Amino acid sequence: MKTVSALTTLSMALLLGACGGEADTTLERGPDPKLPEPQRGLLPSMKIAEPAEWGDKLPTVPDGFSITAIATDLKIPRQTLVLPNGDILVAEGRGGNAAKLKPKDVIASYIKAQGNTKVKGGNRLTLLRDADGDGTYETQTVFAENLNAPYGLAFHEGNLYVANQDAVVRFDYQDGQTQASGEPAKVTDLPKEINHHWTKAMTISPDGRYLYVGIGSNSNIGERGMEVEADRALVWQIDAESGMHKPYATGLRNPTALTIQPETGQLWAVVNERDELGPDLVPDYLTSVQEGKFYGWPYAYWGQNADTRVQPHKPEMVDITIKPDYALGSHVAALGVDFSIPEMGEQFANGVFVGEHGSWNRDNPVGYKVIFVPFADGRPAGEPIDFATGFRGEDGKTRGRPVGVTVDPKGALIIADDLSNTIWRVTRNQ
Amino acid sequence: MTVTTHPDYRYRPGPLHAMLLAGTVPLFLGALLSDIAYYNSFQIQWANFAAWLIAGGLLFAGLALLFALANLIGAQRKAGRPVVYLLLLLVTWVIGLINAFEHAKDAWAVMPAGLVLSAVVAVLAVITAWLGLSNLRSGGER
Repeated sequence: MKTVSALTTLSMALLLGACGGEADTTLERGPDPKLPEPQRGLLPSMKIAEPAEWGDKLPTVPDGFSITAIATDLKIPRQTLVLPNGDILVAEGRGGNAAKLKPKDVIASYIKAQGNTKVKGGNRLTLLRDADGDGTYETQTVFAENLNAPYGLAFHEGNLYVANQDAVVRFDYQDGQTQASGEPAKVTDLPKEINHHWTKAMTISPDGRYLYVGIGSNSNIGERGMEVEADRALVWQIDAESGMHKPYATGLRNPTALTIQPETGQLWAVVNERDELGPDLVPDYLTSVQEGKFYGWPYAYWGQNADTRVQPHKPEMVDITIKPDYALGSHVAALGVDFSIPEMGEQFANGVFVGEHGSWNRDNPVGYKVIFVPFADGRPAGEPIDFATGFRGEDGKTRGRPVGVTVDPKGALIIADDLSNTIWRVTRNQ
Repeated sequence: MTVTTHPDYRYRPGPLHAMLLAGTVPLFLGALLSDIAYYNSFQIQWANFAAWLIAGGLLFAGLALLFALANLIGAQRKAGRPVVYLLLLLVTWVIGLINAFEHAKDAWAVMPAGLVLSAVVAVLAVITAWLGLSNLRSGGER
């Protein structure tokens, strides 16, 4: 922290160009966010999470709800999946090993690492079971190991799909299993070179025919060259049986979580947008993913706002960029999304939960919570509601960082927290 | 080093000081050439080269700065060319640092400010090294 503030102070002292001036910024959210002009001081604004233990503290949830830690001491839990019998699978790991190309990469990766767990990723799936239904998950056992930074999880009729950082694999699954019966079969390789954004988000179509996998860009804004961006920043549609695949939608910088809208079968995603354009650019977003459409990265953001940091620039790509549905706020780092169900109570019956890992590129930190975006007529409608907060305390310390969120059909929200290595479960009080 | 029969002696850079000082010239010049190549080709690797060359230039110039400072502190007459040399080296280093931050921006965001700063720093490095390496003549005048 001292290094960061010293650097920030230094940048202020040097005061070349537009520095600071971020005190009064607000978090623009919703379908039509006001976007300021891009700005970048001599140094990017950085405020890294200061990790602390939970101790007796708990995240804050709305009145009428309770939150408990149902699993602790995991090895970087990211995404979760509720199996038909109510067991919960947790994907644990940390991927990516992008080469550091500039002095900046060396320094920035060190600084950002201060805000993350020091635990080594598990590269495994952990199974949690609450056999008697009392809300205590008394069984915590390793379901499968030796995976490669597993992240996306999907299930359909006895097929358990896992998106590693380099491939989609499939396990045969029988109800009640606590351990995989063997090595998984590979469905298809995934783009894995560099893996600057390594998380491979995944969901499956309701009929089980297609897998959708989110493949993040290999850079913030093309600073590793555009050659390495082939097959990146897009969502693949993969035939689950054959592994054949095609780009389903493109220009999505880092689609970190995918889910299917139950009543329509429509694919939705949360996407993390680019950094270093100022505290209020560019909004991360929630969007329905339209087949064949281009969402802008790297040439444009939030519709047809050109980003000239990538050269040679392609105005024709700016022209075909479509606008996403709903801004979640710049730098919140949305990493989880799932549709709610009526069992979550009247206020939260219709909409999506979004897990926000929290910002680094902003003096006034944002995210670090789980929000609820209400829907009406199948579209986002209205202001987001805080659902689980307190991950970043008022004392400025960060105790947890939400990643995946999964709605349990029994009427609970499962939250993976990759800083305290905990799985949280939010339930309604009966 | 406290005997002062030849007051100009301490103004003259020693071999290590001279190497560090002279080294800033190809490093900052290399950064400028890399920036020109990036500007003309859009090939990102040139921007990476420039960033590292600037970092190297800063390291060399920073160490040379320490030598220059030590020499000046040890000198009897704290004026004239050695002071100008030290100040020029300091200015080169500071603008070099600003240039390093400029080069930490992503992709084309480096341009055009990075190119301009690289040119300024390269010229400053040449002048500073020239002055620093010809200090021998300064003290002899009195």
